Amino acid sequence: MGVYSGLYNTFFRQNTTMLATVFLGAFGLQLAFDSGSTLIWNNINKGRQWQDIKAKYVQNAEEEE
Amino acid sequence: MWSNAIAGSTATLAAIGTAYWCYLTFGPKAYAMTPAEEGLHPTQYPWEHVKLHKTFDHQALRRGFQVYREVCAACHSLNRIPYRTLVGTVLTVDEAKELAEENEYDTDPNDEGEIEKRPGKLSDYIPAPYKNDEAARAANQGALPPDLSLMVKARHGGCNYIFSLLTGYPEEPPAGAVVQEGLNFNPYFPGTGIAMARVLYDGLVEYEDGTPATSSQMAKDVVEFLNWSAEPEADERKKMGWKVLAATLALWGISVWVKRYKWSPVKTRKLVYNPPVSGGRKFG
Ligand code: HEC
Repeated sequence: MGVYSGLYNTFFRQNTTMLATVFLGAFGLQLAFDSGSTLIWNNINKGRQWQDIKAKYVQNAEEEE
Repeated sequence: MWSNAIAGSTATLAAIGTAYWCYLTFGPKAYAMTPAEEGLHPTQYPWEHVKLHKTFDHQALRRGFQVYREVCAACHSLNRIPYRTLVGTVLTVDEAKELAEENEYDTDPNDEGEIEKRPGKLSDYIPAPYKNDEAARAANQGALPPDLSLMVKARHGGCNYIFSLLTGYPEEPPAGAVVQEGLNFNPYFPGTGIAMARVLYDGLVEYEDGTPATSSQMAKDVVEFLNWSAEPEADERKKMGWKVLAATLALWGISVWVKRYKWSPVKTRKLVYNPPVSGGRKFG
């Protein structure tokens, strides 16, 4: 009833919409999970990774050319 | 009865035998080597990049690669590392290409079957300092400088051992130590006589990022670089490990919830026993 029956009717009543929900949900969750963990990881390792120091060297190389 | 005597002595012998076997298996360890032959245990250093939530410090890797290239590469190969893996780790694409082009490699045979020379590409492997092991031995008084690609994994103590080895050469061998002709004293090397002399001295290289190049700084950087060359996947592996833990934790939470959900009717039901009515009298 209320919210739940609304959710049920929109997403799970029909097999095709249910499948679409599952696939899109998997896609979206994966995207959110990956970018979320990358964000945390990069924050813990701030300044340690190549992406953090790359700018110094890419610029130098361009100036030389 | 003599059969009793045989049974008794067999049991006694079996018991003694078992005890002796246990003593041999679980008893005190036998050390065939003297402490000098084992080598001094390396100091445990608080390596930052070894922590489970830390990546390599790529600025240190870049310095370490410089040390490898300017010092160790004169004797040691690094033959599991192609230039392409350096891109995005310690070098930019342009730097790596430039470095690869400094060396010549064999081409595939052409139509006449001739093999020519071409400048290196990103897909080529870092060349070894010697043509083959025999040449390497001949140039190092019979001792072969081992390939360093997997050295951190190949020695007990890993990073700690190599750091201790590189920085552990005393000015003079201690009194009474026997050092063979052509060998150098290093307490961390099993046997204490190593064919590699001390190679790192303060100020040997000049770091582009201005870090003072003390011997311990260079040793630390090159060890971290060698750890990368042995485990180039470490950064990604650690990150992936945390993600696996997080996903497994979420799935575990869901499974706990589902179990409780399914069991809730069983756990909350109430069984009532209604005793039968007998003899016209009601019990209970
Ligand atoms: C002059 C040549 C030379 C240079 C330069 C050199 N080494 Fe060596 N290295 C050797 C030789 C020869 C051995 C073999 C020693 C032996 O077996 O007694 C060796 C052995 C080693 C070992 C193996 C020790 C073991 O436990 O078997 C390591 C690790 C090592 N070198 C690291 C380095 C590093 C890191 C550098 C650069 C900072 C370096 N070496 C520079 C010649 C060299």
